[in-house]
Amino acid sequence: MSDKRQGTNSGQRASRRDFLKAGIGLGGAVAAGKAFAAEADPAITEVQDWNRYLGAGTDATPYGMPSEHEAEVVRRNVRWLTASTESSVNFTPLHALDGIITPNGLCFERHHAGVAEVDPAQHRLMINGLVERPLVFTVDDLKRFPRENRIYFLECAANSGMEWRGAQLNGCQFTHGMVHCVQYTGVPLKRILDEAGLKTSAKWIMPEGADAAGMNRSVPLEKALDDCLVAFKMNGEALRPEQGYPLRLVVPGWEGNMWVKWLRRIEVGDMPWHTREETSKYTDLMDDGRSRRFTWVMDAKSVITSPSPQAPMIHKGHNVLTGVAWSGRGMIQKVDITLDGGKNWQPARIDGLSLPRALHRFYYEFTWNGEPLLMQSRAVDSSGYVQPTKDELRAVRGLNSIYHNNGIQTWHVTNSGEVENVEIS
Amino acid sequence: MSRFPRTFFALAGCLVAGIAAAEPLGIGRAALPEEVAAWDIDVRPDGQGLPAGSGTVADGEAIFAERCAACHGDFAEGLDRWPELAGGQDSLNSVNPVKTVGSYWPYGSTVFDYIKRAMPFGDAQSLSDDEVYALTAFLYHMNDLVDADFVLSNENFTSIALPNAGGFIDDPRPDTETLVSTEPCMSDCKSSVEITKRAAVLDVTPSDEENPSASID
Ligand code: HEC
Repeated sequence: MSDKRQGTNSGQRASRRDFLKAGIGLGGAVAAGKAFAAEADPAITEVQDWNRYLGAGTDATPYGMPSEHEAEVVRRNVRWLTASTESSVNFTPLHALDGIITPNGLCFERHHAGVAEVDPAQHRLMINGLVERPLVFTVDDLKRFPRENRIYFLECAANSGMEWRGAQLNGCQFTHGMVHCVQYTGVPLKRILDEAGLKTSAKWIMPEGADAAGMNRSVPLEKALDDCLVAFKMNGEALRPEQGYPLRLVVPGWEGNMWVKWLRRIEVGDMPWHTREETSKYTDLMDDGRSRRFTWVMDAKSVITSPSPQAPMIHKGHNVLTGVAWSGRGMIQKVDITLDGGKNWQPARIDGLSLPRALHRFYYEFTWNGEPLLMQSRAVDSSGYVQPTKDELRAVRGLNSIYHNNGIQTWHVTNSGEVENVEIS
Repeated sequence: MSRFPRTFFALAGCLVAGIAAAEPLGIGRAALPEEVAAWDIDVRPDGQGLPAGSGTVADGEAIFAERCAACHGDFAEGLDRWPELAGGQDSLNSVNPVKTVGSYWPYGSTVFDYIKRAMPFGDAQSLSDDEVYALTAFLYHMNDLVDADFVLSNENFTSIALPNAGGFIDDPRPDTETLVSTEPCMSDCKSSVEITKRAAVLDVTPSDEENPSASID
């Protein structure tokens, strides 16, 4: 692979002058600058239906839906992955989204026993175990506590797990789509535990779901008291059923399985429970046959969402590359981009909110001359952690680890503009 | 950033004491003992939470055949893509590790806790405590941990250790190079680059045709 593969990039703050310079420099090979139309555009010269006839009135869709032209922007699953859709996963269409907030209907789903359809009037939250006063709350009770709004990403520990041994799926929806980021409204868990009164021997909590999996995990009390929330809203509206309606535990920066949905009980204890989801599953098997357990935090990770296999390159000349980055250890400090397979890197521009344990949106403007590219993004977080390559992860963890794959993703842009999931030396 | 899990255990006590507890607001009501008993079904490795009861391998085999084998197979070997619950011994450090109750799970309490709360798939929490003891005993037997005449009960539960109990270590991350030791390279980082793996070779990406019912929301 030669140096020629690199596109001409215009750096962090691409100005119009840079762009023109690049265009001139590349000469006739690139359709840079303005294109010329041979005929008048009917989109302009003809009166469109929507320009002439009345549209639907108010109330045609009491709950608004996206344009029919966005019908492709949906969660998708990978059927061969699991035996049944009730214990399965589908993926956020990251390639089609922008900004840092994931729309509620596009947040990936992962259930272990299907979506529990809970009647909120029949739902209770119980606090028991090592507390002074075992308590029961209704959903309405919880709304009487002081509440907070916080934006967090949620990533499944198995996100990119199918890629652990090598490139498998052509689409960042499938390689990276087990992540979403929404604003939660809820009550700090500490407030609720204080209401029950923690005994001094308390060291762990066990949140439990009301679904048919009775999902349960052990969470250290330090985390529970630090920043966990019992949430009832996402992006301003009630949690979606598939995201745990009416109550979900929010465990910022930690693996999604711990964010127990349909939360109905929290037991306080003095040691971990070693539940099925923290022993049989979500443990990281090393080459020597031993496994890491309690691997809670999701390390810094990033991915270019466009271009990507589902969002090919269409235009030569000036282009916008975009993607997301996140870290369970804090904020994203910077994201670097390479177009030549890691020989040279340039900083991307992070735009919009930069919040701890939330998605960050990055952009990188560059000029494409039609030659193949090998694109990667590399995130550095506020703890100083640098996103590793997949080979670096495999060197430490072997080939069986599956979970917590935060390795650098490579997209190969061919000269036709198609984008392919590859790994490189 | 410190390595949280390691420091956590030492810090937990003082931090918990150090964060002032908020004054109760008088929200919620006392949970009745029978309410707690109805929901508090979890079991820990030290045996806390085990209900009184017992079950034989033979009973477990019969219940398993009726309520579990359609997915997990008569011998808990797993049919199609349904999980296997037996076998896989000595496979963990191979290229094809098989994780089962016998080969991978560290604690028997997890078997009891999980079956009691989540199985059979689609009819959860329908098994009696004695049935769960019997099924756990049967799974132990299928994993060559106990004989065919074994009876499992709350009395002898913690005396059975699973083979992989010592196979787990705490999280040592961060486990790759970090900024603390190296600044990431920005230019002339390597001389040549080759594509080493391609998704297209396998091509297991779902196509639109496979997903005709995908809908918004
Ligand atoms: C309809 C199919 C089906 C039936 C019947 C069924 N199971 Fe399961 N079982 C599953 C599925 C699916 C999972 C994985 C669920 C998940 O992904 O969380 C599972 C998981 C398990 C596991 C954990 C496996 C692991 O490696 O983590 C155990 C143990 C288990 N089942 C025991 C039982 C027992 C005992 C019965 C009978 C009482 C039973 N199952 C009946 C489908 C079934």
